[in-house]
Amino acid sequence: MGKPHATGVECSTEDLVHALREILPTNAVIVEREALKPFESDGLMLYSELPRVAVLPESADQVQAVVRCCAERDVPVVARGSGTGVCGGAMPHPDGVLLNLAKLDRVLGIDPQARTATVEPGVTNLRISDAAATYSLYYAPDPSSQIACSIGGNVAENSGGVHCLKYGLTVHNLLSVDMITAEGERVTVGNQSLDSPGFDFMALISGSEGLLGIVVSITVKLLPCPPEVRLLLAGFDSVRAAGDAVGAVIADGIIPAGLEMMDRLAITAAEDFAQAGYPREAQALLLCEVDGTLEEVEDHSARIGKLFNASGATSLRIAVDPDEQALLWKGRKSAFPAVGRLAPDYYCMDGSIPRGKISEVLEEITRLSQVYALPVANVFHAGDGNLHPLILYDAGDPDAVSRAERFGGDILELSVRVGGSITGEHGVGVEKLAQMSVQFSEAELLQMEDIKAALDPSLILNPGKGIPILKRCQEYRALTARENP
Amino acid sequence: MTDVATLAGQVSEACAHKRPLCLQGGGSKAALLGRDCEGDALSTRELTGVVNYEPGELVISVRAGTTVRELEEVLAAENQYLPSATPHFDGTATLGGSLACNLSGHTRPWGGSLRDLVLGTELINGKGETLRFGGRVMKNVAGYDVSRLQAGALGTLGLITEVTLKVLPLPETEVTLVHECEAPRALEIMLQRGAEPSPLAGACWFDGRLFLRLAGAEPAVKRAAVDWGGETTADEAPWRALSDMSLAFFQCDEALIRLSLPVTSSLALSESRLLIDWGGAQRWVYAADTMPEWFENAARENGHAWSFRGGDRKAETAPPLSPQLQRMHRQIKQAMDPAGILNPGRLYSWL
Repeated sequence: MGKPHATGVECSTEDLVHALREILPTNAVIVEREALKPFESDGLMLYSELPRVAVLPESADQVQAVVRCCAERDVPVVARGSGTGVCGGAMPHPDGVLLNLAKLDRVLGIDPQARTATVEPGVTNLRISDAAATYSLYYAPDPSSQIACSIGGNVAENSGGVHCLKYGLTVHNLLSVDMITAEGERVTVGNQSLDSPGFDFMALISGSEGLLGIVVSITVKLLPCPPEVRLLLAGFDSVRAAGDAVGAVIADGIIPAGLEMMDRLAITAAEDFAQAGYPREAQALLLCEVDGTLEEVEDHSARIGKLFNASGATSLRIAVDPDEQALLWKGRKSAFPAVGRLAPDYYCMDGSIPRGKISEVLEEITRLSQVYALPVANVFHAGDGNLHPLILYDAGDPDAVSRAERFGGDILELSVRVGGSITGEHGVGVEKLAQMSVQFSEAELLQMEDIKAALDPSLILNPGKGIPILKRCQEYRALTARENP
Repeated sequence: MTDVATLAGQVSEACAHKRPLCLQGGGSKAALLGRDCEGDALSTRELTGVVNYEPGELVISVRAGTTVRELEEVLAAENQYLPSATPHFDGTATLGGSLACNLSGHTRPWGGSLRDLVLGTELINGKGETLRFGGRVMKNVAGYDVSRLQAGALGTLGLITEVTLKVLPLPETEVTLVHECEAPRALEIMLQRGAEPSPLAGACWFDGRLFLRLAGAEPAVKRAAVDWGGETTADEAPWRALSDMSLAFFQCDEALIRLSLPVTSSLALSESRLLIDWGGAQRWVYAADTMPEWFENAARENGHAWSFRGGDRKAETAPPLSPQLQRMHRQIKQAMDPAGILNPGRLYSWL
């Protein structure tokens, strides 16, 4: 508690590199500035830092040896998967080793009878489903970045996606992991059965942002592929009407596989990018996927269609053909880069709110957009209340950067105020450290610090991320108190 | 009337005097799952009632002493339910105790466990601090998931005072199918049906009969019932009694062992007194005085065994852990309950 984290300053870079080269092939230890550049940030480029050294181990044994080497020297270790995260969780530590797990990319086994897959952390999310497809099985959580994001990163951030309303988050779809502890020991957490004895370390590790251990193999649950899928696309002339339609579906007792909302600016951007046939004139659109047996899907899609119409849908399409569905999803899944084309840069927020507060929150975001003079597009996992406002700005303009950061901070605090959370699925990383003190009391933050210190007493694993050091929080509180008397 | 502040004061005082506390809800599981626990009783039974329920959000917050049965009644009035089929145990099981034990009924493989449904908790740690983790939204990755960490910890990390859960709309309809067969054949059918996309929501076998429960959208349930055959009357459906462990199978004083296994394991299939639940993933057997063998055999199958009820409750009842996991348990225990006063020895003799 209050202990300064590992800095590795006692250990010279020369000694560190020498020790790492004893463990790894020469080309797997990177020290040249130019070669380190690609690792300076994750998907959130607002925050970047060059590591002292980057390593690319190819096996769990090598990962273990690297962690041991760093533990002995009190050198910080930051794990990185595909680098698609958007909270700065994989931003390197300037005195530390960046541990790139991309080369641990083997599918170790699929058990079609037990319906499980065991994979290394660098395997991409989509590859698991591709590998399982032979057995008509798939892995349910599907972040929008699923082509690129790694399952190890998914565990670190407890990633969601467009299907978690029905199928849960990463934490609901894992059975066990093998991880390397901060002391460099390999330990199996979880079980091949549905539960495991003792403390629920699977829950603790999921979403812990690489602060409690480095995951080197993961066993996930697979589900039978649904035989039928329907995708409904509906336009509405107000966000409020679309929000009401979402409520009507839930009230009717239907849990769709996915239920997504986009506002006008997001619709326009996505349509320009994907030409999916979105209703450009609509103020909001809903994409609603239902899956299951033919009978179930026909029944549910007909009922949802009626509910959308009753809520004032201005247009309605039901896509049966898989290609048509894929095109409609392409618009949604490429919404971030599509919105990104509207401005030099965009800043993606991740507030999680009670679904019923959507109109209230969007109205406040519209107001803030005027206050900070920055446009915002909203993409929303409407079914489970997870909002992604995309703030458009120009990183070349320091004032715009500052306004974007303050706008983002306001949105997170707004989310907490309406009973939600500063992050639904992207994680805290470095980005939302300050707002952790808005969501949690000092005693709660100290409890989390104690948990961190319990499993990583030298604080070498991804130090300075996820859980704020309390002193900084007090400074933040004092600052906000002065700004908002 | 006990409130959270009073309880926190009692924990804080016990911490100062290093006096062990034995946490209680409704007492329904005092003789189940864990080892016998010694210490001053501290009860959450008076912390009752719904704090917040918004059916449109599919979220409910209740105080920890609320019984599972009361909760289900509140939900049923809004056509919703708890998809974990958490045991009611004659109406005495409370939400706090149920989360601490993380017991789930027959729907577990499909509906998830109480742990899966938890969105947030308020709890008192071993220092007597009242803390909140998680929240009342579906997705939340701010901070460590200390709420879910309570699931299965048997009260050794905190006294749970409030629980927020995700709930679901009640299935439109349900049908139970029954087939007469022996255990190995029943497991084969469970595996086969489990791999098919279907509204399967329960699969158990005992006394030579396999029961399959279909629940969900009416057309889908009807279609699967026709395709699979064997429809039976609702009266014969064992599900609530199975989840509550009130079936005749469970009315025996001998040591009851719970096996949690990969569905593909053939362990225990030839036991004379066997009940298979969770589509093969949970099996119950009576076999006295052989706990170490069960621990070992289940571990070999990549699962685990619990001395669930009866037998020697002073010996270890939970499956052994690797030395690394033991150390991690001690470290986390130290972080949340430094004086070691919360249910000492309940989960493991050394914890």
